[in-house]
Amino acid sequence: MADAAVKKKMEGEAAELDAAGVHYRELNGRVRELIDKGCKEIVLNGVNGQRYIADGIASEVKIVINGVPGNDLGAFMSGPHIIVNDNAQDCVGNTMNAGKIIIKGHAGDVLGYGMRGGKLFVTGDVGYRVGIHMKSYKKQVPVIVAGGRAGDFFGEYMAGGILVLLGMGEGDRPIAGSYLGTGMHGGAIYMRGSVSDSQLGREVRVFDLEEEDRKLVAGLLEEFQADTGIDYSKIKPAEFMKLCPFSHRPYGNMYVY
Amino acid sequence: MQGSLIPNEFVVDVDHQRCRRCKRCILNCGFGVFDFQSMTTADSSKCVACHRCVMFCPEDAITITRNPLAFKEHSSWGIDSRKAIWKQAESSGMILTGMGTDLPWLNVFDHLLIDACQVTNPSIDPLREPMELRTYLGRKPDKVEIEVDDKGKPRAVNSVENNIKLETPIIFSGMSYGSVSLNTHRALAIAAQRLGTVMNTGEGGLHRELYPYKDNIIVQCASGRFGVHSEYLNAGVAVEIKIGQGAKPGIGGHLPGEKIGLEVSGTRMIPVGTDALSPAPHHDIYSIEDLRQLIYALKEATGYKPVSVKIATVHNVAAIASGIARAGADIIYLDGFRGGTGASPAVIRDHVGIPMEIALAVVDSRLRQEGIRNWVSIIAAGGIRSSADVAKAIALGADAVGVGTAALIALGCRLCQKCYTGNCSWGIATQRPELVDRLDPDWGAERLVNLINSWSLELKEILGALGINAIESLRGNRERLRALGLDSTVMEILEVKPAGV
Repeated sequence: MADAAVKKKMEGEAAELDAAGVHYRELNGRVRELIDKGCKEIVLNGVNGQRYIADGIASEVKIVINGVPGNDLGAFMSGPHIIVNDNAQDCVGNTMNAGKIIIKGHAGDVLGYGMRGGKLFVTGDVGYRVGIHMKSYKKQVPVIVAGGRAGDFFGEYMAGGILVLLGMGEGDRPIAGSYLGTGMHGGAIYMRGSVSDSQLGREVRVFDLEEEDRKLVAGLLEEFQADTGIDYSKIKPAEFMKLCPFSHRPYGNMYVY
Repeated sequence: MQGSLIPNEFVVDVDHQRCRRCKRCILNCGFGVFDFQSMTTADSSKCVACHRCVMFCPEDAITITRNPLAFKEHSSWGIDSRKAIWKQAESSGMILTGMGTDLPWLNVFDHLLIDACQVTNPSIDPLREPMELRTYLGRKPDKVEIEVDDKGKPRAVNSVENNIKLETPIIFSGMSYGSVSLNTHRALAIAAQRLGTVMNTGEGGLHRELYPYKDNIIVQCASGRFGVHSEYLNAGVAVEIKIGQGAKPGIGGHLPGEKIGLEVSGTRMIPVGTDALSPAPHHDIYSIEDLRQLIYALKEATGYKPVSVKIATVHNVAAIASGIARAGADIIYLDGFRGGTGASPAVIRDHVGIPMEIALAVVDSRLRQEGIRNWVSIIAAGGIRSSADVAKAIALGADAVGVGTAALIALGCRLCQKCYTGNCSWGIATQRPELVDRLDPDWGAERLVNLINSWSLELKEILGALGINAIESLRGNRERLRALGLDSTVMEILEVKPAGV
């Protein structure tokens, strides 16, 4: 893609790129170039399905995306603050390490796969296989909060981290699909409302919130509200239930030596 | 209640005339076989025949023999079948095992013979003439572009751009930190650097201390995504997506909680003592298109470093490999069903997958037929035991081979197949600090360097006998192989003629 295709404007530490019709490799190359030049805030306009935005970027740059970014937004990233003023597609925050992604809309499948840190906020619904194998270590605890509902396999294989589902929005379908927390062996899932036992994976149980949990949920709700600009004040931590694994070694007895 | 019905596999005998009660055997045994009550006693039921005690007994007072207990012979009910049934009747679990399959499946390498020059074309003496083993891994251009400089001298332009340069076509296969000890990783990294080749991290991340070896490391990204972050992805010369492993195609991995100590916990980012669970598939890869997505995500995150895709060799491997090449991979790593593992259910290890030799031949042929062989390099692994196997694998179509088990044997491994217990007395497949300390990384590195250097010398000797002076000329050169004792179907698949033709 020729230079002219990417119209860019850089004033001081802020820059704007017109992404319409630009191939992802070109677009991401430009974003990297701007970051290398010391740019602290980048606005991408006219984004329409470009993949891999901010992948592997280890800088605390702010990226505002106007339009729908493609798959693997923020994969392996370690630090950026991304705001999407639209829906997002699959694999957002794939194996992400640090930073924050705020999606003002719905997002697709496999969000936060293997996520190791940072936060992913989605105001709408999320798809299937969200939060699979998130993990945490000491103070590095990844968090996903979704304002809507989730599909099947929410929190599968989870080894650490926090998932929060608010279940807002139209319709009366269940807040999450089946196989909730299957193979889960660490971390916690907080959901507003209830789920039937048949939806639960075999490795998790439902617990009531302790004082500590309520504080955690209240703090995340406050942050979620501040970031998304949506009023969640009517949501109370008391409405939540908690899913946790009852064993750190769910498959420990499966083998004979 | 009756105890176990399974007789001991081995018998440990201490010669009390020779034993001077130094207790070295007690300290050395990772499995707790020995004890001392007025004299050294041995609990044979715990012995795995790893020989650590035998090697370290200053008086040669210990002998280990196979339990001679007679079983009524039966041609279909072997002793191992009976033992497996007793074990499962006592426990209700899957039988876990380590290393590659020990069943006597046909080994194709043992039925292939290498050609040599006689009279009509001269052989080459590698001691007198240069012999090229240098190998480049990665995508090669569809055609070589020639540039002519001012003096009229032609040279190839960018033919191995963005490739990994190896001084010998042998790399160390992925063995994860967690499965093996940090000292094992250290030995492999030091050796890879000295040899001008690469070691593969396996799926457990890379300890920070080994980041300086970045020019000799391939980092792996597997389904559990352990230790995967942007700095790690850039801590090597390439990234490998591990889809499958020869010892356990199609299943995930469970690194037992016993092996998750503080350091492993920090590198993998999971709590101490939990099982490290690798899901069977990558949950962001359910198709070739999804694989392409991850390949390019990794390229974007690493400034377009080569990406390798490791698969276990299964029935439809040729079509899968074609898909992988078309998905944008630069290297395809074929791990045959004889490949090793730190832990696998025995039923999977022993009965799933196909031999690497056959997979290699069909993948090489298929990519040639499709005109895309130059898009990818092929690494063959899973049962490479000697330089002869290396030469045969390269003649069947590999660009390079991966060695895992052979490297561990060089470090002292006795193939006791108990890696999953974490009790390895040789300090290899363990995280117990007192055992890990036994493996001196520099000592280990020297042995690995010796081994690979020996094989490289032997490879040069083989090339000389073949009358060729570069490993490149042996690649896919199946005309220089002949089969002995293979049936016609296998020969047809291998595209290798029978001996005598």
